Amino acid sequence: MSAENPSRPSPALRTEAMEALLVERQLVDPKMIDGFIRNYEEAVGPLNGARVVARAWTDPEYRERLLADGTAAIAELGYKGPQGEQIVAVENTPSVHHLVVCTLCSCYPWPVLGLPPSWYKDPAYRSRAVREPRALLAEMGLELGDDVEVRVWDSSAEVRYMVLPERPACTDDLSEEQLAALVTRDAMVGIARAEVPVRS
Amino acid sequence: MDGIHDMGGMQGYGPAPAVDPDEPVFGEAWEGRAFGLSLLSMRLSGTNLQAFRHAMERLHPLRYLGEGYYGRWLNGAETLLVDSGILAAGAVDARARRLQGEEVAEPPAPEPHKPDYQPTAAGSIRAVDSPPRFSPGERVRARDLHPIGHTRLPRYVRGRTGTVEMVQKPEVLPDSHAHFEGENAQHLYAVRFDSREVWGAGAEPFALHVDLFEQYLEPAQ
Repeated sequence: MSAENPSRPSPALRTEAMEALLVERQLVDPKMIDGFIRNYEEAVGPLNGARVVARAWTDPEYRERLLADGTAAIAELGYKGPQGEQIVAVENTPSVHHLVVCTLCSCYPWPVLGLPPSWYKDPAYRSRAVREPRALLAEMGLELGDDVEVRVWDSSAEVRYMVLPERPACTDDLSEEQLAALVTRDAMVGIARAEVPVRS
Repeated sequence: MDGIHDMGGMQGYGPAPAVDPDEPVFGEAWEGRAFGLSLLSMRLSGTNLQAFRHAMERLHPLRYLGEGYYGRWLNGAETLLVDSGILAAGAVDARARRLQGEEVAEPPAPEPHKPDYQPTAAGSIRAVDSPPRFSPGERVRARDLHPIGHTRLPRYVRGRTGTVEMVQKPEVLPDSHAHFEGENAQHLYAVRFDSREVWGAGAEPFALHVDLFEQYLEPAQ
């Protein structure tokens, strides 16, 4: 059912219909669609960004390059493509916390984070991140002290932002690969910190 | 346009959304198909990313909100394909009804009439000959513009004064590019606004950065 016209067939059926119409006229090859899906389900996701962050945590010169020209530093690791023409990395510190949003649609740095999760596309996130980010983050489980400066980035053009989270304490003995495993999608958008999981 | 998509600062959408770290990329199979079809629809219709965004912005607000993210993409793709004469208006619905067992006639395929438009390069970044009008640290005001077409000037900063934080690489201007009226590449600035300048004295203290094209800005004292 469709909202303003409840008699319309469901989006699922309309998707099937559109694909059938275009395939019949040989305008679309279903294998191309399979390829897009597979690419974002299997190849392009937040693990890419996590590798960027782990490299920046372990290689001070890479960190500098990342903060000076995110696009180029990220491409060094082989990550580029749609929604990644200009990527700016912003660094969290004990006194500064960054948060990324797109109020006008749901722009997101695909080459490093993949496709956006539901919460990022939710009207509550899109509307509130630029108006009451502290309250929003607290509801999402991240409490920030009054001494922490909050900086919000609204991705209103084709620049895409990723957060370089703070390296968790007591991780000096971890390899770059082990560090990457601590970096979540949520930390690279700014709704969480990178943390060492508590062992139970 | 001052549409439903321009959500920054709107109130009433409720509490923070739930976060599921194990959420699949596509919650339902049709969402992945709609994603792929949408990417292809820009090519098939001879349009561009900005036109696709504008197609979604023009959706009725109830449909924009009611059919979710990939529902918006599906609707946006359909608009591009119908506007360029690749699919007939109503063709998708008619086929969908047939798929659910209804006996309905399908409209014949129309004559394509793609926009008279060719991008000068891939992507959005372009060279601009003139130097940037504004420099980091300079005070600027977002102009109080209300175009009827596509724009990437969010309502919440119009008329507000901020400080240029960064000069980004120049990009095609969405306002004209979405309507195939020229790339009109412009300098682009990350402008930093104090939250109290935007939301009033009682606002949470924070810095709000918005990427704004040169023509959206004027000097401020």
